Amino acid sequence: MSDSVKPMNSREPDAQLPKPVTSMPSLAKVDAGHRAHTASAVLQKIRTSRPGSSRVPDQVFGLIILLSAISVFAIVVLVVWELVSKSQLSLHQFGLSFFYGHDWDPVNGNFGALPFIFGTLVSSLLALVLAVPLSVGVAVFITEMCPQSLRAIISFLVELLAAIPSVVYGLWAIFVLAPLLRVYVEPFLEKTLGWTGLFTGTPYGIGMLAAGIILAIMVVPIIASITREVLTAVPQNQREAVLALGATRWEMIRVGVLRNARIGIVGGIILGLGRALGETMAVTMVIGNTPQIAKSLFAPGYTMASVIANEFSEATGDLYLSALVEIGLALFLVTLVVNALARLLVWSITGGTARVRA
Amino acid sequence: MRWLACWCGASPAELRGSVLNPSSGATQSVSLYRRLVNQGATAFAILAAILVLVPLLAIFAYLVIKGIGSVNLAFLTQTPKPPGEAGGGMANAIVGTGLILMVASVIGLPLGIGSGIYLAEYGQNRFGDMIRFTADVLNGVPSIVIGIAVYSLIVVRQKHFSALSGGVALGIMMIPTIARATEEMLLMVPNVIREAAYGLGIPKWRTTLSISLRTASAGVITGCMLAFARVAGETAPLLFTAFGNQFWNLKLNQPTAALSLQVYTYAISPYDDWHKQAWAGSLILIVLIVGAVAAVRITTSRGMMKGA
Amino acid sequence: MGVGIEVRGLNAWYGKNQALQSIDMTVPANHVTAVIGPSGCGKSTFVRCLNRMHETIPEAHADGSVKVGEMDVYGDGSDPVEVRRRIGMVFQKPNPFPTMSIYGNVAAGLKLNGFRHRKQMDELVERSLKLAALWDEVKDNLHKKSGASLSGGQQQRLCIARALAVEPEVLLMDEPASALDPISTSKIEELIFQLKQHYTVVIVTHNMQQAARVAELTGFFLMGSLIEYDKTEKIFTTPSDKRTEDYVTGRFG
Repeated sequence: MSDSVKPMNSREPDAQLPKPVTSMPSLAKVDAGHRAHTASAVLQKIRTSRPGSSRVPDQVFGLIILLSAISVFAIVVLVVWELVSKSQLSLHQFGLSFFYGHDWDPVNGNFGALPFIFGTLVSSLLALVLAVPLSVGVAVFITEMCPQSLRAIISFLVELLAAIPSVVYGLWAIFVLAPLLRVYVEPFLEKTLGWTGLFTGTPYGIGMLAAGIILAIMVVPIIASITREVLTAVPQNQREAVLALGATRWEMIRVGVLRNARIGIVGGIILGLGRALGETMAVTMVIGNTPQIAKSLFAPGYTMASVIANEFSEATGDLYLSALVEIGLALFLVTLVVNALARLLVWSITGGTARVRA
Repeated sequence: MRWLACWCGASPAELRGSVLNPSSGATQSVSLYRRLVNQGATAFAILAAILVLVPLLAIFAYLVIKGIGSVNLAFLTQTPKPPGEAGGGMANAIVGTGLILMVASVIGLPLGIGSGIYLAEYGQNRFGDMIRFTADVLNGVPSIVIGIAVYSLIVVRQKHFSALSGGVALGIMMIPTIARATEEMLLMVPNVIREAAYGLGIPKWRTTLSISLRTASAGVITGCMLAFARVAGETAPLLFTAFGNQFWNLKLNQPTAALSLQVYTYAISPYDDWHKQAWAGSLILIVLIVGAVAAVRITTSRGMMKGA
Repeated sequence: MGVGIEVRGLNAWYGKNQALQSIDMTVPANHVTAVIGPSGCGKSTFVRCLNRMHETIPEAHADGSVKVGEMDVYGDGSDPVEVRRRIGMVFQKPNPFPTMSIYGNVAAGLKLNGFRHRKQMDELVERSLKLAALWDEVKDNLHKKSGASLSGGQQQRLCIARALAVEPEVLLMDEPASALDPISTSKIEELIFQLKQHYTVVIVTHNMQQAARVAELTGFFLMGSLIEYDKTEKIFTTPSDKRTEDYVTGRFG
């Protein structure tokens, strides 16, 4: 190493150099893999490293970077601020009764959000009921049962489901799913399970059932990808331990893998719930947009996100708008809690490294 | 189910402890019940995989079947016409989407990459954790709520809908994805490289930009493209920011058409003509998005960390 | 009581690489047999072939004849699940189930095999823990402590108890003490000595002194073949094959 270059373990970026660096023969010896070769090529271009001149630019850079990080925080604060301030009118007017009021009556200025809360909860829960077994099943299939050659393709396809925009799901749901439900599925369900009261009434196709199904399809990739990550994180020796006791493959999966991963799987499910709660377009397009609370899944309903989507740009009067913003605030708070809970659970398993592609 | 276990071939003797193994040598078989459950579980997992993939294939199939017929020159070059009139297209929506995404990038890329740099290079501490948490919160906010906030912040003040507000809403949504990707990629750059630079007297800002970021560039670009693909299809936040437009608009402060908005409007309309165009618009949207995602997947799996 | 193991012409592959070549070995009942050899010689592979764990690795397969007592392990009607129930295995790194209590760990194999009677399960768990010399240390915390909360040596004894609970005829141990401290190691070795009264034990070890301490018979493996198999004393003092001599005297390995 030439004398003019400081020893490599010096961490002082802006320390004084004895003299300007004019050649860098030692770079060839930097043994950090081929990345170092590009680094050296880049470094060779940077020949004008004037001693002592880097303090201010460093601080300016640090400040800019800090500001961008703070901007994230500022944006969230702004979002919350706007939600809270614009919903004040409605909050003051209705107080808590907003959340258990049945009637959504813009004409008379009466706003009760219960039908939407009901619709959001039912559609999301229905989506989970359908999505969880499918997601866990597909994840188990991919990680434990699938032949190696198919693994990449199938997991890619499942992730592709997450790339489809909501409005395209909605389009497909209106013109393909809903007619299917109306003509085949709902009459069948009414005949077989109509006695439960969940599958009665005129089969429109459009309604809570359609919303639940399309939501389920949208939520599957999220739950499946997290489940796959936590299943893969289970060490191989756990699987071997169960097998060595004389277990069938399913028993090995049940005792050695699923059991160990269950916390993470629950986290994934909760994250899927968070996504389902806030999902707007696809649901709006097939749920029927009728503010009512009905027992049957055939009946049309309305969700919190849908009512905002439909009525916001047409809301007349400050109270109307404020009521809608209040619904938005409620939606924000609910998804905040749900998502935080989910991430806590997932991180506790994967040690903070799981990348959640929500 | 114990009675079933008994019935299915495990005799009571076999269920009692010390007779788990009659070492006389008769090979005991695993009970029929356990075998059936094992096969049932395999069947269920395969069924689940099929049930998950069927809608995917169905959606793509329908998009192609119903959409390809309507993707013609008129569609790609004309603005919407009233239902019943021949021709008409989504050209303005395609361009509008591009315009809005440009605005979104101006907001999302610098703030996202900047935050990512902060988290990786300066933020391995409590404050950084808080920013990380905040970014996750932002990621989970329903897109319609972002729309409300931007409406309130910009549209109300400007007293009109605009491409700008739409772009801001989408840009905000891009930030967490890009920040996370940038942070991850930067953390993967080995510290020895940074130390090599510091040791040569290169200031931190230069090291971060020209060396660390350059090395991580492939992954960061990937993250940006994925964020892009995600927001390109978003509709909800544009409903009351960009709002949509039947005509051409290239100005930032006017309501602007977007592909996703147009598809929505047409899909819920009662006109067959428009339905066909909705399929066509969706096809274009999907091709763009899936194309971006697939390109990202292919290039990263080929080991594109050749940024070094 | 244990049973003997007859191995004839056992071959094993990982994909295209042959890891074991035509192994012939007779392991007598109620004895401890050690399998030694340098890294990569196939000793772990051999033992994992005995209870058909080898084939759980993708692309791995084996053929040949392995008879454990009357059971033909690779025979036509043979079910790997049943084979593994009757041949117990203890692994190098202790792997108790972290989500289960100590009781749950020991009872895990029993529950899998359909065993339900609570009182008898309690008795069996106690018996297994006593056999594994762990009972006194954990009897007050059976249900309260998780399997993973024990020390390394205790965890390994828990794994031994878990393996013994399903009443195998043979116990295979793949370097059971290599991850443990010397005191735990000696406890395990004592245990092995006791266990041979009830079971046939095959133990893989890279530690020649350990083989000398616990095993009556020793087989020396090298590059997938069984070079020499004889009384431990003979292997270590007057080995017949030069390669064996080189290994035990430390010239390589």
